[in-house]
Amino acid sequence: MLRRIAVVGASLAGWHAATTLRREGFDGELTVIGAEAEPPYDRPPLSKAFLATGDESKVVLAGVADRETLGITWRLGRRATALRLADRTVDLDDGSEVAFDGLVLAGGADVRTLPSLPVGDGVHALRTLADARALRADLDRRPGPVLVVGAGFIGAEVAATCRQSGRDVVLVEAAAVPLERAVGAEIGAVCAALHREHGVDLRLGTAVVGRDGPGAVTLDDGTTVDAAVVVVGVGVSPATGWLEGSGLAIADGVVCDGTGLAAPGVVAAGDIARWPNALFFGDSMRVEHWDNAIDMGAFVARRLLAGEDWDPAEVFAPVPWFWSDQYDRKLQMAGRATGADQMHIAGGTLEERRFVAMYGRAGRLVAAFGMNRPRHIVQSRGLIARGCPWDEARELAATWI
Amino acid sequence: MGWRVVVDMDLCESNAVCMAVLPEVFEVRDDDLLYVLDETPPDSMRAKAEEAVARCPKQAIAIVEA
Ligand SMILES: Cc1cc2nc3c(=O)[nH]c(=O)nc-3n(C[C@H](O)[C@H](O)[C@H](O)COP(=O)(O)OP(=O)(O)OC[C@H]3O[C@@H](n4cnc5c(N)ncnc54)[C@H](O)[C@@H]3O)c2cc1C
Ligand code: SF4
Repeated sequence: MLRRIAVVGASLAGWHAATTLRREGFDGELTVIGAEAEPPYDRPPLSKAFLATGDESKVVLAGVADRETLGITWRLGRRATALRLADRTVDLDDGSEVAFDGLVLAGGADVRTLPSLPVGDGVHALRTLADARALRADLDRRPGPVLVVGAGFIGAEVAATCRQSGRDVVLVEAAAVPLERAVGAEIGAVCAALHREHGVDLRLGTAVVGRDGPGAVTLDDGTTVDAAVVVVGVGVSPATGWLEGSGLAIADGVVCDGTGLAAPGVVAAGDIARWPNALFFGDSMRVEHWDNAIDMGAFVARRLLAGEDWDPAEVFAPVPWFWSDQYDRKLQMAGRATGADQMHIAGGTLEERRFVAMYGRAGRLVAAFGMNRPRHIVQSRGLIARGCPWDEARELAATWI
Repeated sequence: MGWRVVVDMDLCESNAVCMAVLPEVFEVRDDDLLYVLDETPPDSMRAKAEEAVARCPKQAIAIVEA
């Protein structure tokens, strides 16, 4: 019987783990520790509606207003600094400690930055509400072009939002094609074209060298970009620093078994967790998507409560899913294109910027990426979940007009 | 007690997440608009409807007790 559960990370995965624990009947002590000052909020609007409008109601997470009614001890603005597994204790940065019988690791990921372009004086990273507030304030204060470094999903959204509010945008990407690892070169090229069609000055295969005083950012092609504001969007790394030496396996994330268990009585969920996904040939996965943080947060809460009574056959094997809003397009992806050996376009054409790109691996549908095709991405997700054979999926998709 | 499903169409962006959860009630059609097929679903669908509320990334869905 667990009497005390600690959750480290007061964001999407931590919130859904905590509320699930209560819903499943856990009535012991529940402590949620979060390094940010804010109670759980919603990150996706930070690069979309909030960045566009500054309206903080956009980042409110459903249900969080009732957080004080759940019998949770909130330790916000506090960072966990060490995990002492043998003592079943977490140390906090104010010198206090939290004892637990059950632990949920939901610390998410930290934004990466570039040594050549340190944050500050007009240079921003974007992960937290505090980051987004600072970026907005700077955009208001400093008129002129915006330089976005990195054309991944977050960089692309920032570029799109800034363009839509009338700013000149230069988007620099070190790779020859953006998003190649996620969607392949052909679809990555479509994403690149989308930026150019909306007036973004996209520089592919180009890296940042450094900065010559405020404004002037030098690139490795010898040119200089005069930017009023710079946003660095070069990805995130799992926030596992404080867990080094704890005895947990750390390898680009907290390594879990197929049920989200990292050690007896310790589970992990969301951006920080790595686990083998049985649905994808047992590939080790770490998923940086909103939907996964919700799903996995709830799953591992049940896993933790069940302890040794858990049926080991019940593994966490979802079809990852995410969306990204860019300009007037809704980009969505279900599944994983990693290792895909087939690709097929259905439900429109690349030229229309309205299509589904289907990816097959070992004779099965494993992923689908859509532009303005939400319904078919939902359908694809169902097909991927049931391991739909590639040929059958192609036939079904023939009706997606 | 009856209940109703209400979608704020100003918030909805037709991403069809709700349709994945409860296709009997939510349908995104080829015009890319969301249609609520049944505003007063049976109680057996209540849990799924609540899941759709929690899952909607835009928080556009509400359950109203009538
Ligand atoms: C700008 C932006 C836009 C996004 N857009 C989309 C989108 O369109 N679609 C999509 O699917 N996903 C999107 N995402 C990703 C999505 O928001 C994340 O996948 C999700 O937030 C992960 O939730 P999490 O709870 O695992 O981690 P996080 O949200 O990263 O939260 C982890 C929390 O734990 C805290 N923490 C970490 N270490 C400690 C510690 N040692 N002690 C105490 N607290 C700690 C952190 O401060 C943080 O508050 C976006 C993310 C960003 C930043
Ligand atoms: S999940 Fe929400 S935003 Fe998406 S279609 Fe349904 S109501 Fe609209």
